[in-house]
Amino acid sequence: MITMEHVCKSYKIAKRNAGLQEAFRSFFHREYEVIHALDDVSFTIRDGEMVGYIGPNGAGKSSTIKILSGILTPDSGTVLVDGRIPYENRMKHVKEIGVVFGQRSQLWWDVPVIDSFELLKDIYSIPNPQYQQSLNELTELLNLEELLRSPARQLSLGQRMRCEIAASLLHRPKILFLDEPTIGLDAVSKITVREFILKQNQMFGTTVILTTHDMQDIEALASRIILIGKGKILLDGTLEDIKKAAEGRTALERKGFAAGRNMTGERTAAEGGNVSEARTDLKNKAAEKKYRLADGKTVRGQDAERIGKTIDETIAELYRSYDI
Amino acid sequence: MGKLYKGVRLYLHYVSIQVRSMMQYKTSLILSIIGQFIGSFQVFLGIFVMFQRFSRVEGFTYSQVLLCYGIVLMEFSLAEMFARGFDTFSGLVRSGEFDRILVRPQNEILQVLGSRFELTRLGRMIQAVVMFFYGIWASGITWNFAKVLTVIFMLIGGTAVFSGLFLIYAALCFFTMDGLEFMNVFTDGAREFGKYPMEVYGKKALLFATVIIPYAWIQYYPLLYLLGRETSFLFMLMPLGACWFLVPAWLLWRYGVRNYQSSGS
Repeated sequence: MITMEHVCKSYKIAKRNAGLQEAFRSFFHREYEVIHALDDVSFTIRDGEMVGYIGPNGAGKSSTIKILSGILTPDSGTVLVDGRIPYENRMKHVKEIGVVFGQRSQLWWDVPVIDSFELLKDIYSIPNPQYQQSLNELTELLNLEELLRSPARQLSLGQRMRCEIAASLLHRPKILFLDEPTIGLDAVSKITVREFILKQNQMFGTTVILTTHDMQDIEALASRIILIGKGKILLDGTLEDIKKAAEGRTALERKGFAAGRNMTGERTAAEGGNVSEARTDLKNKAAEKKYRLADGKTVRGQDAERIGKTIDETIAELYRSYDI
Repeated sequence: MGKLYKGVRLYLHYVSIQVRSMMQYKTSLILSIIGQFIGSFQVFLGIFVMFQRFSRVEGFTYSQVLLCYGIVLMEFSLAEMFARGFDTFSGLVRSGEFDRILVRPQNEILQVLGSRFELTRLGRMIQAVVMFFYGIWASGITWNFAKVLTVIFMLIGGTAVFSGLFLIYAALCFFTMDGLEFMNVFTDGAREFGKYPMEVYGKKALLFATVIIPYAWIQYYPLLYLLGRETSFLFMLMPLGACWFLVPAWLLWRYGVRNYQSSGS
């Protein structure tokens, strides 16, 4: 069980304009900007859940993963993962979790993959029989037989990702964090990875938290989606909820604009209020209201539009409507 | 004790992976071994030239200076052998590899140390061993049990002090995101200063090396005992006392890890 309550995290970032002169000036007088990576984030994830954690670049996804895996310490709020505070008892915590950073390798570059696995066995103090069993299972499921004896640097991205995932599961973690696991993979590798993650969840009840920009990952894997933007949780629900929300929001905005145009080209205060009110409702996951708003003809119009719309387009629309 | 054994075993496993990695690049390996071999002569050349010019520095004979340098070089090389992984630490922080270290259930320091291992260190270690025994042989000291013990204490304390400096060097990366070249004054610089007993550099330097960074504790004071100028056991034990230096270094490191900001996605 993972709980985050009112978690905030901000970074101080030095800012300056382009050019050598500016660089020189900022050397003496530095201007900082505070970025709120996470702004009052709360959610709960039960054991065995598969959660897709989505949001545009810079929304705070990685910061969340880093806090949950004990890399970063939050500024405020409470974080509990199976009763542990990740950044307080780091060593005990990380024994029970697996982390895959899609953009960073955890294998030793110049040695055969199996050598990396052996070292991980020592790092995680995995007993020999358990290690052998895990290794055999993973080798079979991820089809690693041919890869184990090649150095990591000679593997293709897809092959390497399979090894990366195996590497983070050798110690049988109860929770698996996947940070963009399918980034840059070809179709076949993507499907292999997805199927494997699904199986892992079904067989061992592993809790999976997945960040990705690939909405097909989400469709295939996540039964629950958390949408984050500008450090705030915007939506939390199933894929269907997300789709509905996207439609509802676009319908709303359109309606607002249409009404605005009718009234001498300006949006009325009433309409404006209507939009922001619905926005608050959405945050509370009250999906009903927007359906009432987008009633009758409007809905049918939306349905017609939805045909042929990809999930990517839906999500992009949703991001736009939240202005994130 | 079991924990220590496990730690050492894991460290050796890391080292063995590094060595296996190096063996992947045959030419590079052979060339660096040759380079190390040639490099070793430099030290002897330096000593030889000094021999031609001086016979005495500030009341220390040449052979006494040689003993001092031999010991300091040995202390430094031991520290370097284990702790030089901290040298490239700024790279680990900037590339985000330190994230990976933090999600593994082992001491961060052990993992950083295991992340890099260079043959050049082995080469310098060989130099140091040769210099060390040459220094002892040339010093003309009549050895007894207490003096041998003093030398061992010096090696322990010296390794601790230099390791502490490397650790501070790395810890500062948490705040600057970059290696600080000026820190080399205290690490590589100290090795060079260490050629001569601290007294040579004047009272102020000696005070600094006694109070701020305990260089003199691992070099000057026990040397006086070795040379028979001081007979108090205090001088013999001082190098062990220098180990306290690891405490503030370690605290700074802890503080840095707590404030670690990671990088990028």
